[in-house]
Amino acid sequence: MAVPLAFFAVFFAYPVAAIVTRGLRVGGRWRFGRIAEVVTDPATLDVLWFTCWQAVASTALTLAVALPGAYVFARFDFPGKGLLRAVVTVPFVLPTVVAGSAFLALLGRGGLLDELWGVRLDTSVWAILLAHVFFNYAVVVRTVGGLWAQLDPRQEEAARVLGASRPSAWRRVTLPALAPAVAAAALMVFLFTFTSFGVIQILGGPRYATLEVAIYRETAQLLDLPTAAVLTLVQFAAVAAVLALHAWTVRRRESALRLVDPGRTARRPKGPAQWALLWGVLAMVALLIVTPLAVLVERSLNGPDGYGFTYYEALRSAADSGGTFFVAPMEAVGNSLWYAAVATVFALVVGGLAAAALTRKAGRLVRGFDALLMLPLGTSAVTVGFGFLIALDEPPLDLRASWVLVPLAQALVGVPFVVRTMLPVLRAVDHRLREAAAVLGASPWRVWREVDLPLVGRAVAVAAGFAFAVSLGEFGATVFIARPDHPTLPVAIARFLGRAGQLTYGQAMALSTILMLVCAGSLLALERIRTDRSGEF
Amino acid sequence: MNSQLRRAISAALLGSLALGALAGCGEDTKSGSDSKTVTLVTHDSFAASKAVLKEFTKETGYKVRVQAGGDAGAAVNQAILSKGHPQGDVFFGVDNTLLSRALDNDLFTPYTAKGLDKVPAALQLDRAEHRVTPVDFGDICVNYDRKYFADKKLTPPRTLDDLTKPAYKNLLVTENAATSSPGLGFLLATAAKYGDDGWKGYWKKLRANGVEVVDGWEQAYYDRFSGSAGGGKGDRPLVVSYASSPPAEVADAKSKPAKAPTGVATGTCFRQVEFAGLLNGAGNTKGGKALLDFLLGKRFQEDVPLNMYVNPVREDAKLPELFTRYGVRIADSATLAPQKIAKNREPWVKTWSSLVL
Repeated sequence: MAVPLAFFAVFFAYPVAAIVTRGLRVGGRWRFGRIAEVVTDPATLDVLWFTCWQAVASTALTLAVALPGAYVFARFDFPGKGLLRAVVTVPFVLPTVVAGSAFLALLGRGGLLDELWGVRLDTSVWAILLAHVFFNYAVVVRTVGGLWAQLDPRQEEAARVLGASRPSAWRRVTLPALAPAVAAAALMVFLFTFTSFGVIQILGGPRYATLEVAIYRETAQLLDLPTAAVLTLVQFAAVAAVLALHAWTVRRRESALRLVDPGRTARRPKGPAQWALLWGVLAMVALLIVTPLAVLVERSLNGPDGYGFTYYEALRSAADSGGTFFVAPMEAVGNSLWYAAVATVFALVVGGLAAAALTRKAGRLVRGFDALLMLPLGTSAVTVGFGFLIALDEPPLDLRASWVLVPLAQALVGVPFVVRTMLPVLRAVDHRLREAAAVLGASPWRVWREVDLPLVGRAVAVAAGFAFAVSLGEFGATVFIARPDHPTLPVAIARFLGRAGQLTYGQAMALSTILMLVCAGSLLALERIRTDRSGEF
Repeated sequence: MNSQLRRAISAALLGSLALGALAGCGEDTKSGSDSKTVTLVTHDSFAASKAVLKEFTKETGYKVRVQAGGDAGAAVNQAILSKGHPQGDVFFGVDNTLLSRALDNDLFTPYTAKGLDKVPAALQLDRAEHRVTPVDFGDICVNYDRKYFADKKLTPPRTLDDLTKPAYKNLLVTENAATSSPGLGFLLATAAKYGDDGWKGYWKKLRANGVEVVDGWEQAYYDRFSGSAGGGKGDRPLVVSYASSPPAEVADAKSKPAKAPTGVATGTCFRQVEFAGLLNGAGNTKGGKALLDFLLGKRFQEDVPLNMYVNPVREDAKLPELFTRYGVRIADSATLAPQKIAKNREPWVKTWSSLVL
């Protein structure tokens, strides 16, 4: 527990406190009057209201769309399942500008749906909500599906044998077992959509603003730190309320479950109902996720002289034609992978220790610690980025020019994922197994290795995949602490997009496609090296 | 693969990553205080040729390290926040819309760079004290899609007044003045032309004429504008962009056309000047001064256009053929005093938002 606490104190609490204090202390005096002014401003209340309701609506819609998907991925076997699971995670890493543009090609003016049925969703709340589903689908499929695949189907069967109807068996056996994972997924989706930035601006148009957008403007553009500080506190308050609600709902729900090997629970669909469900989910994924991604791939191949790899070839020579920092894009791939790997290690170490501590202990203090770990998801990137700048500027911690700052900032977002995916599984491990092992003379370390790890291995893989994807696509904090001679893929894409010209645009699309492939490839590789000892429990 | 081998591989992989991370922690964390390096703090659009920066090192013995932090606004604000304890020695990229804020916050130490005599007085916005040195300038202007207007046999608009005419109804897309720098520039162009209050009436007319506002330049130019070769999927033949966008459009075309596919409405422009300055509390003042001289030197100035698509401030710097052939010189670009921009920016943007969005 000490390591995660120290990590959070130094890299989150201290920088954020520094920037908030800078805003609220002017000339050595606290200016709390500012809080009342900003909080009672009708404009602030409008923004807060919109932020909250769009996040609630997005979360509900994402759950509604993705839970059937989680079931299908957990319980059915079909060819290409692993690949598709990686593909649905890809939106998660794409820069919003790029994904937003692809999304508009589907839903916007003159887009695909416009030409087919005259449906135009650009600059509407619907576009925002659907885009949030597109980006967060994988969160639900991976967290809920991960646990669902390990639930023993025989428990539900036993309930049926004892006379329960199918729906009632599901409601009494499977649903309570899944509740913690569903709650965890809902919480993460809520926090992501609550702090949504690019999606709101690009798909909603300039009329819509979330707290995140307001904080960015006040900090990065207007340098109105007092207002930004108050808005940050408002954001904290809202996130804290949601975390409290989440803690209260799952507190009594996490109980020991019978976990089995996921390989044994998935089977081919039987009967028309199951086939219909499978095809329904696949159609949904194809329309909502694969189509926008395909648009990007098509654009990257659609060169000046017909289809071909012109833009990809141009990427190879971009290094000598452009300025200093158009390093060869392959270098950006390398940088991205390196940062993501380091960030994943940070996140797994910190998050894993935190999850272990949270499993062993209970009580109010521990719940508070759990909530604390989630806070970075609900804090704006610009607050953290600027906080780093003014807090970590003195030796021994002058990290402003260090590359380590990038994976550290990314790990802040990765840790909550690791905790949320591992915790439901760790808490579901029957404590008597550990006791039995201890009685038989195993050391605590060996107990963990022989009992917990095999059961949690899958959750760790899922968590690592998330942490990796988060840092591959992370742009917000990276942009404030970037070293232009070491750009990550999203930063390189933004550089290409910021300039007029067919070739630069095409190269941005080609790099986006490479980013998708890198992401999908990494996730598939991660699934391959899972420590998976089937059939031992 | 059997599970033993798999486990061994994953353990080895994680172990090596952790080691690499720890080993990496120690290096490269020194700030730019050693005397052989000069650190340039800038925004993420800065670009220069490797060869030119190498030349600086050859001439002076200093290596240039570049540190970028977000867009122009974010970079200036970060510099202000770390005032007195800066991230580097020289800051590049504060423009005339942000200049007042930087100067009021005492960001820079005065230094008169070599070669200022070759820079037009109109671009030297801090002539009394030389706290900042002009490095480049560009113009934010409405661009038009040549093909669209040729097909429709319609004369493209030339002035701000033209944009409100019924002939150009529903053709213009611009950016959000609150979040995008060309969007703000276009608002300032109208404020400069129609006066402190007149611009509101102008925007009401523009709105009645169907102006579309999107969030940022990328979305306006690639998704909504019909004339860009890269995107070009939009249905708006007029977009707020830069005077240098037409040359940029042609820059990487294999066969050079007679004309760029897009043109510039020369009576709609706002001038942006970018400055550099020696940061207060710089660790390497001497190197910083040498770098400022270099930024204003002919070699760097002639390198600027093809890297950042802006114009050099030196009158004797030769423009590349791409600019002379496809670009336009804007003679009467609108300007406003930096103090005036600083004072009115926020209220104007608020008013603009309530009028247009």
